[in-house]
Amino acid sequence: MIRRALVLVLLAVLGALFAALWLGFTPAEELGLTGRYYAEHTAPDLGAANLVTAIIVTYRGLDTLGEVTVLFLSAAIVGLVLAGGRPAARRKPPVPAGELLATGSRLLVPLILLLGAYVIVNGHLTPGGGFQGGAILASGTLLLLLAEPLKRFSHGLITRIESLSGATFVALGLLGLVFAGGFLDNRLLPVGTLGELFSAGLMPVISVLIGLKVGAEFSSMLASLSETEDS
Amino acid sequence: MSSLGMDLASNLTSGLALLLGLAMVLAALVAILVRSTPIAILSAGLVSLFASVLFLILAAPDVAMTEAAIGSGLTTFLFFFVLARVRGGESEASDDD
Amino acid sequence: MPEVAHIALATGFALVLIGFYGALTQRNLLRIIVAFTLATTGVNVVIVAIGHMSGRTAPILDAAVPAAEAVSRVIDPLPQALVLTAIVIGVGITALMLAYAYRLFETRGTLDIARLTELKW
Repeated sequence: MIRRALVLVLLAVLGALFAALWLGFTPAEELGLTGRYYAEHTAPDLGAANLVTAIIVTYRGLDTLGEVTVLFLSAAIVGLVLAGGRPAARRKPPVPAGELLATGSRLLVPLILLLGAYVIVNGHLTPGGGFQGGAILASGTLLLLLAEPLKRFSHGLITRIESLSGATFVALGLLGLVFAGGFLDNRLLPVGTLGELFSAGLMPVISVLIGLKVGAEFSSMLASLSETEDS
Repeated sequence: MSSLGMDLASNLTSGLALLLGLAMVLAALVAILVRSTPIAILSAGLVSLFASVLFLILAAPDVAMTEAAIGSGLTTFLFFFVLARVRGGESEASDDD
Repeated sequence: MPEVAHIALATGFALVLIGFYGALTQRNLLRIIVAFTLATTGVNVVIVAIGHMSGRTAPILDAAVPAAEAVSRVIDPLPQALVLTAIVIGVGITALMLAYAYRLFETRGTLDIARLTELKW
């Protein structure tokens, strides 16, 4: 098998490269220049306790906008690729979910959505933020999809949530350009005291928007893939 | 904390990381080598779950949360949705080799 | 006992190698996508491991880590923000690959790449 031998040679070269990198690696003792700036300036300037969320939402807010756009595109392409589906005649009616799952999901889905909202809103204080909370919201949708396969998933509602939060995101960024220091500057609202829920200016608001957008995009991906057979 | 206590704590963390790393590599090998596709998908989800614990040890709670919710939760379900569709019409076993 | 960062770095490299091996040798498209997610996880572990510094805490300020001491107490937040982004984009890519694989299965009735020979040379 000449192909397998080639693969093994390639992996051996890559492995040697990795081994050299590993042997030459010493963990840093001091923060780098960028890391030092973020550690020094996040709390006094932006009033956020979670540096990672501060980077994602404010310092690199434009990149995050690009990222949710990429995610939106990929959700849209998944929907587009799968929309052509098989002809209606071959589709079977879906099997309804069991009693246990249906009843359990009625109890669990509100709790999951509450946890998602908590994680999103506290993103600037504790570990969490828009992406994590959005994924938790989407897992609530996933449970609904599993528990009630007979119900049609409302793509219209999801699209509306998605585009509304996206438009608000851009609008708030532009407002920051006019009334504060730059695009997506969070000092559009008062920064407040470090550690309180209503602090860090615009950061919780943008987290909520990112969370809604990411949750809607993941939900639409999951729904597109789960509907291929049973709708 | 005394220096002895510090040493013990750091040794414990290192040991835990070593254990997790070994478990991840093992689960990844299972995911590549096993014949049945569902088990491969579950093993890949297990690798993600272990990775999220490793991120926690590496003092990255944000990343750990994301990995646990997205990498091991949503991705596994995406795979299973597709696997369920593909199973119905698959006439030939395609992973013999 | 080696440091945590070294262990995590080795694990990440091993995962990348295993993922590449799987992606290059498997014949079932679904299995190739599984191998790609393994390699992605490996790369993420590598990046976070490079940002780790022993004896420091997570980049979150609270009563234990006051803002004034942040520079000497927290680890670098930048690799973590990068990896957070990478994980989210990764699931988008995985969903895209799965959608294309499903479409391919619908039109051709197989996921075995040895049977998809139009582009073979």
